[in-house]
Amino acid sequence: MWYYEKKLQYPVRVSKCDVQMAKFLTEQYGGADGELAAALRYLNQRYTVPDKIIGVLNDIGTEELAHLEMIATMVYKLTKDATPDDLKKAGLGAHYANHDKALYFENAGGVPFTATYFTAKGDPIADLYEDIAAEEKARSTYQWLINMTDDTDLIDSLTFLREREIIHSQRFLECVEILKEERDRKKIF
Amino acid sequence: MNTFRKTYKPFIGPFDPCPPMKVKSYETPPQLYMGFQPYNLPQFPNLQTALKHGTLWPALFAPYENPYRKGGA
Amino acid sequence: MKESTAKYYELLHEIQQVDFALVELNLYLNTHPMDQQAIMQFNELVQRSQMLKKNFESMYGTMRNFGESFSPTPWSWSNTPWPWQV
Ligand SMILES: [Fe+2]
Repeated sequence: MWYYEKKLQYPVRVSKCDVQMAKFLTEQYGGADGELAAALRYLNQRYTVPDKIIGVLNDIGTEELAHLEMIATMVYKLTKDATPDDLKKAGLGAHYANHDKALYFENAGGVPFTATYFTAKGDPIADLYEDIAAEEKARSTYQWLINMTDDTDLIDSLTFLREREIIHSQRFLECVEILKEERDRKKIF
Repeated sequence: MNTFRKTYKPFIGPFDPCPPMKVKSYETPPQLYMGFQPYNLPQFPNLQTALKHGTLWPALFAPYENPYRKGGA
Repeated sequence: MKESTAKYYELLHEIQQVDFALVELNLYLNTHPMDQQAIMQFNELVQRSQMLKKNFESMYGTMRNFGESFSPTPWSWSNTPWPWQV
């Protein structure tokens, strides 16, 4: 089970009222390489990977939930005071027609989230390579998002999230090293 | 120290409709080079700086700047 | 939100710093379970995190749910602000 703590992992400040950015940020909310897909991918894989790497998948999956909450915070802050007209101008008219200001798990183009965004092959190496790729794709998405805004506070939070993908990638790369190791039976766990 | 960004000069066709981008770039962050993280890597001097960078270890930190901004690649 | 807002953000930020180091060390230790120095650092930070949260909660109400924190009277867990509101 999980416990909740009333804090974000990293402070989220949005200083520019750029409603269109909310639409773009949604890519990391309900997109293929977004934080929801990441969390669900790892938390699902943890049941069927070798014991030695369950902890990595469990904990990175959990951290992704904290990142999902940061993205939601950005979208919430950017849309909470927008009028229907503002939303229309920002390209969010179709979103408003369906959801008002409710967040919805969709990508930046409005395509709803789907479980087909990630796999569960059951082969630990295949699954880890997917995880590493997923981290690099999430890192890229953060770069493209940073390239579309000049809000230095928003860039600050997005840069933090981008760096976390680098660390996650590093840990998954280490998992591959651990699993391919021949001598590990000598180690005491 | 490995660089965080690589650049290349793409082929420019004679009939390209838009003004060419003469140089393109992509990122090469440090986890591509590190291998298994060694013990006792130096850490950022304090936790405030670590949080700000998104990691405890300078060796795993990759700065990122919009390459389309002036001053970028 | 009572007390000065600046103080609230300052104390929260301090917790975010310590807890971030804990996340980072936790992930590291998952693949480096024999690194004694990192384990020592981890344990020291656990203690610091608990102290900081106890102090924060005495000023701004319960921060952790489901029995991870004691409750004052009246019940303060469900009070604003929530993390996405601050
Ligand atoms: Fe990640």
